[in-house]
Amino acid sequence: MSKYYDILVIDDERVIIDSITKISGLENWSVDSADDASVALYQKDLTKYRVIICDIMMPIMDGFQFLTELEQRKIETPVIMVTGFTTLDNAVKSLKQGAIDYIPKPFSVDELLSVIKRGLKHSDLILKKSSESNDPSTSQFIVGCPHNYYRLGWLSWISIEETGSVIVGVTNLFTKTIESINNIELWNIDERISQGNVCTKIHTIDDLTYNLLSPISGKIIERNDKILQNGKLPEKDPYFDGWLYRIIPNDLENELKHLTACSSDPM
Amino acid sequence: MLKKIGYKLILAVGLATIVTVGIYSYINLKSQSNVLLSEVERHANQLSETVKKSLHYDMLSNNRESIHNIINTIGDDDCIGGVRILNKEGEIIYSSNSTEIGEMLDKKAESCYACHAADQPLQRLSIPERTRIFRLDENSGRIMGIINPIYNQRTCYEADCHAHSSAQTVLGVLDVTICLKEVDAQINASEVKVVLFAIVSILTLSFIIGFFVKRWVDKPVQELVKATNQIGVGNLNYSIKNAGSDELGLLARSFNTMTKRLSEMRMQLFQSDKMASLGQLAAGVAHEINNPLTGVLTYSSFLAKRNKDNPEMLEDLNVIVRETKRSREIVKGLLDFARQSTPKMGSFDISEIMERALAVVSNQLKINHIELKEDIEHNLPKISADANQIQQVFINLLVNAIDAIGEKGGKISIKTSLIKLPPKGIVSIKYATCPNGHNLKDDGHKIEGVSTIRVKAKANGNDGFIYLDPFYGKQRNLYNISLGKNQSVELFCPECNIALVDIEQKCPECESPIYSIPIPDQGKLEGCTRYSCGWQRWNYIDNAGDQQFIEIKFSDTGCGISKEHLTKIFDPFFSTKGQKGTGLGLSVIWGIVDNHGGKISVDSEIGKGTSFTINLPVRNI
Repeated sequence: MSKYYDILVIDDERVIIDSITKISGLENWSVDSADDASVALYQKDLTKYRVIICDIMMPIMDGFQFLTELEQRKIETPVIMVTGFTTLDNAVKSLKQGAIDYIPKPFSVDELLSVIKRGLKHSDLILKKSSESNDPSTSQFIVGCPHNYYRLGWLSWISIEETGSVIVGVTNLFTKTIESINNIELWNIDERISQGNVCTKIHTIDDLTYNLLSPISGKIIERNDKILQNGKLPEKDPYFDGWLYRIIPNDLENELKHLTACSSDPM
Repeated sequence: MLKKIGYKLILAVGLATIVTVGIYSYINLKSQSNVLLSEVERHANQLSETVKKSLHYDMLSNNRESIHNIINTIGDDDCIGGVRILNKEGEIIYSSNSTEIGEMLDKKAESCYACHAADQPLQRLSIPERTRIFRLDENSGRIMGIINPIYNQRTCYEADCHAHSSAQTVLGVLDVTICLKEVDAQINASEVKVVLFAIVSILTLSFIIGFFVKRWVDKPVQELVKATNQIGVGNLNYSIKNAGSDELGLLARSFNTMTKRLSEMRMQLFQSDKMASLGQLAAGVAHEINNPLTGVLTYSSFLAKRNKDNPEMLEDLNVIVRETKRSREIVKGLLDFARQSTPKMGSFDISEIMERALAVVSNQLKINHIELKEDIEHNLPKISADANQIQQVFINLLVNAIDAIGEKGGKISIKTSLIKLPPKGIVSIKYATCPNGHNLKDDGHKIEGVSTIRVKAKANGNDGFIYLDPFYGKQRNLYNISLGKNQSVELFCPECNIALVDIEQKCPECESPIYSIPIPDQGKLEGCTRYSCGWQRWNYIDNAGDQQFIEIKFSDTGCGISKEHLTKIFDPFFSTKGQKGTGLGLSVIWGIVDNHGGKISVDSEIGKGTSFTINLPVRNI
């Protein structure tokens, strides 16, 4: 039990565990598995894993309960949710409850690899953060979003403008957990994005593609074309110059319920 | 037995009749027998006077033989019990009953008692005091006796016989007794009559009441009980026929309304239940399919990664990856489609939604050799709508059209255009006040999600509230007061009680008074106060002219719908597709269009084709 693993896969489907183990083999990551969240919670020492990949619908304990339990036990191991019940509600709910990302089944090798890589980096950052408290000189630190912003999990943010339009962007934590950005695929003006759905694809120098889930639904009225020329912009100034879209929201009032106010984040 | 309301009423009325008729009969009998007795008394007195006068002369001449004869003759009469004369000492001098002549009567004897009860004997008595009614023995009939004192007169003490001195006041007493047999018989007869009358009237009243109770109470109540039982076992289609116009009739009618509402609600529940389980099914299927698809996708992309240097194999593997990804999108679409979510309104271009819908069915059109004729205007104003729901409507109508055309091929034409329609039934009232400015909109009662207008109502001395339909001209008002069909109500502001009805103004349709409710900045809303009259007027909106609608028309050259089916096609679970359909499609479409404030209509001819026309309002957002 004292062995450290990179990944814990919690899923009641054997084929999923096998697939993830096989893919992880490409990167030489070590994988442990559990066939229910309750098994993972009561029989495994969850602090010994760098990343947990968890299904939502399981026979005894579901993924949401698992996230709640983790929060209560103050276990900071990053969790990536996967589910075959691929509704936007599930995506948004997972992120609201603290999962660092969400991938719908079925996923391809690249999709899984990119999201696990991000999870491992996230894990490293947390470890660094806790060691930082002893050694404040470390330069790697994460900028939280401005207090009047709202965020979808740790992925993307919105800022509501006085005119009723909304600015959408990517968080500093997200850019910190991926390799250097090569280029960013932006959607076109007049296209619609929906909360919990992919709103942009970020390609990094290590040839991986990261899907960014949109924090809000609406129609794109303006996009930050400067990003197309300089993909590094969101890395440098994620909350201002590095914005992605300006949109007219569909149902801001309702969707705000699924977002977290940045003012509630610890400084 | 006394459980039935009818019997209870009969018992109560019967008791009341018994008491009334009893008291009446008692008083009647009493006065009747009193009248009879006093008549007999007068008669007896007259008789006694006559006897006294006819004996007067014989007394003076002391002609005892003649006196005996007269007394005997009179005493012979059947109806006269006896005649006797007593002297002052109580000795019987003369009597029709010769055996008692010479007997001495005690002062306590009933003939003497009237005067001799007191110590000093009375000398004068009124007629009723002189009479007495007694029985000789238990079995004999009643007898009336009358005593007539014989006073001393000058002729008496100056007569030749000198039998009486002048000092005496009363010389003796004439005692006549009369039997009351006939009178008693008469009284008995009328007693019997009165009792008979009482019994007959009680019975008649009970029957009459019983009859009307049965007709007015029993039958409607039984009908109600029957209806309640029917509802109890789940038959919500039962309705009470022939409801009268009285309170029970009103109850029956509101019972019918309740049942109708219940059945509508059950239908909706049923439908949403079905949709929910359909969604659950889809979700379950999606979940189950996604897991194996993950296996296919990961293993194939894993293989592709490992075979980068084998282009031929890589190409094949990429086909698997691509097609699995496509399956993923299909399953995702299925989930989105089945998911019942609250309508998410946004501003949309109809042509955009139409394009998306056509993209979904394009393959089916191709397979069935259907020619599509699009006449879509691209510069139409945007509408406020839930794009997914409207897309669902379009897809459903297109799929229906494809089914109607079948495999033989045909044509579907779609035409969109901007039209104008009168605002009645579409425009909703956002604000309403009383003339004093009190807000009348009530968030507690809503129709189609819009707050109603709450007004206080008075009718038949009852107070209540009426919640007016906020949609102009629709009049689906909610009544918290009972009203007759043709009854008018008085309406007031619930806050300040100011009258909202202007009696001077008459409804142009039924001449009843009309109400007038100010709509801030938009004139006033007027309407008829009669329950069954639906007249309404809102000059501000009427004058503003017709509202803009986008009309979308789907026409096909399919098999058509028969006239009898045409009226039912929007009913839930009505299907002509047999096992192929749930019968929900068109009812769901109707609900969506209705939720958007629009209208859908259908026109069809067997063998030629069907066309559905949807009107969706262009609203300012």
